[in-house]
Amino acid sequence: MARKTDIRHYQGFLPMTVLCMVLLYGPLIIVMVYSFNDSLSITRWGGFSLRWYYDVFFGLEAPKFQKAAFNSFSIATMAAITSTTIAVAAAVGMIRGGQFRAKTASFALISLPLMVPEIVTAVATLIFFTTIGFTAGYATILVAHIVFCIPFAYLPIAARLEGIENIYEEAAMDLYASRAQAFFQVLMPLMLPGIISGFLLAFVISLDDFIITNFVKGAGIETLPTAIFGAVKQGIKPNIMAISTLLLLLSFVFVTLSWFAGRMGSKNP
Amino acid sequence: MAGPGNSRGFQGVFTPLRYWLLLPSWLVVGFFMVAPVLIMLVYSFLTKEFRGGVIWEFTLAAYDQFFLDRGLFGDEPPKIEWTYIGIFWRSVWQAGLATVLCLLIGFPTAYYIATRPPATRNIWVFLVTIPYWVNLLIRTVSMKFLIRDNGPINEWLLSAGLIAEPIHLINTPVAVQLGLFYSYLPFMVLPIYAAIERFDFSLCEAAADLYAGRWFALWHIIIPNVRPGIVAGCILVFIPSLGAFLAPDLLGGAKNFMIGSLIEEQFKGTAGNWPFGAAASMILLSVVLVVLFFNARNRATQTSGAGH
Repeated sequence: MARKTDIRHYQGFLPMTVLCMVLLYGPLIIVMVYSFNDSLSITRWGGFSLRWYYDVFFGLEAPKFQKAAFNSFSIATMAAITSTTIAVAAAVGMIRGGQFRAKTASFALISLPLMVPEIVTAVATLIFFTTIGFTAGYATILVAHIVFCIPFAYLPIAARLEGIENIYEEAAMDLYASRAQAFFQVLMPLMLPGIISGFLLAFVISLDDFIITNFVKGAGIETLPTAIFGAVKQGIKPNIMAISTLLLLLSFVFVTLSWFAGRMGSKNP
Repeated sequence: MAGPGNSRGFQGVFTPLRYWLLLPSWLVVGFFMVAPVLIMLVYSFLTKEFRGGVIWEFTLAAYDQFFLDRGLFGDEPPKIEWTYIGIFWRSVWQAGLATVLCLLIGFPTAYYIATRPPATRNIWVFLVTIPYWVNLLIRTVSMKFLIRDNGPINEWLLSAGLIAEPIHLINTPVAVQLGLFYSYLPFMVLPIYAAIERFDFSLCEAAADLYAGRWFALWHIIIPNVRPGIVAGCILVFIPSLGAFLAPDLLGGAKNFMIGSLIEEQFKGTAGNWPFGAAASMILLSVVLVVLFFNARNRATQTSGAGH
């Protein structure tokens, strides 16, 4: 009854929402289900099995995937640490810097990697590295990921810092703390949920990136997404569905952690 | 910031360090993002080398190739070259359609979520946020798996007797559209949700008291008020769709090229044409910058016009 008189209620919006969720999750769930399919033909259901997961870890292509996974994880870790550090400094400068002339320009610069289409960033980065003679490979992927991850790390950190009043660092300074102490012992612990959230997002963005990596990687080095792309070009095989499921679950875990970290104690910082 | 009674005057604790704190981000983004785009601009005016790469000689050949057709031997009077403009137009069209479809599904979803009680609202937002961050490649691959000729959907429809032949979607424009729409749907929901969540529903109650119908209120009160969120969502869907590479490549095949695939092709292997790829990237970037510029100007005039 209350629902009928609720001015905010619109008939048909709930079915649309359900449709939206089915569209968003349907394909992912179906791939996950079929990755447990004990059948060589990937669409006929042949019973539950973990054989494709076994294949990913111990099968013929396992060394290739392990190498790609090592590259992906080591690059994501280093890129996330570096970009988060840069983003923390930038957030303190922006949010605690008062009004200054370069503020708008600085924000535009930090968020630039979000505005420019990814393929343009990829082309520009490839051309740049070629021009300065920086040979393609592991290091070029790492540098490109650091740049691309900065805005993703910056946004949750800045949002967190905006919610923290400056009385804490002021109090620390009044009690004769140095600036470094005021930052590392007072402000940073308060910012920590934002920093963790930003770090995890940067990690996921780096881990999942395909387009930029594909351009700058050069021959002979693969990350998980480029290895998956290469394999999919020859047709979707069950072991690819298994490895995709693992990567999906990993992203899911990291995004969930980031989500909760971002909300941790946000009521009274 | 800090009050006047403070020992450091009007300055906050970290205010004097602001430029030093921002310096790393300026340097990294400036050196590895702004400089590369400028070098790409230079490349678009260079002469191509046949094994992929460039010769440092100034020429307009790349842009000429994009827009003009001078015949097979380059000696005919120039006509407009429709191939690449056609690819560009197809990209704009597909991206525009994806934006409209995302809006049609995304707005009711965002509205429904924003009008839930806070506890359930967070669960919904979380559900929309997850695909936003999940690997785009895997999402596109899963869509490809789903709609293949012998994929699960066709198998089910066939075994249920609903269709006699598999529905052929892969390598059609419809598949590309489906991929784009599916990829960027969360980008539409989240900003609209944020705008509706801030909307003051007492305005609707006032409208209802004055005998406005629900749909009248939606069209004349809610939508105008949450327009910035709708515009933001449309931009967030349109821009990545325009430069999309994965959806056209994996779902569309060679016949459904979009600008992203055209660019990618110029840098793959030895058959590519780097200046042409750089020129196509610059043209794409210009379109994006024009969209962002008009949005920024629009927003500026709106806020000054509204008087706050």
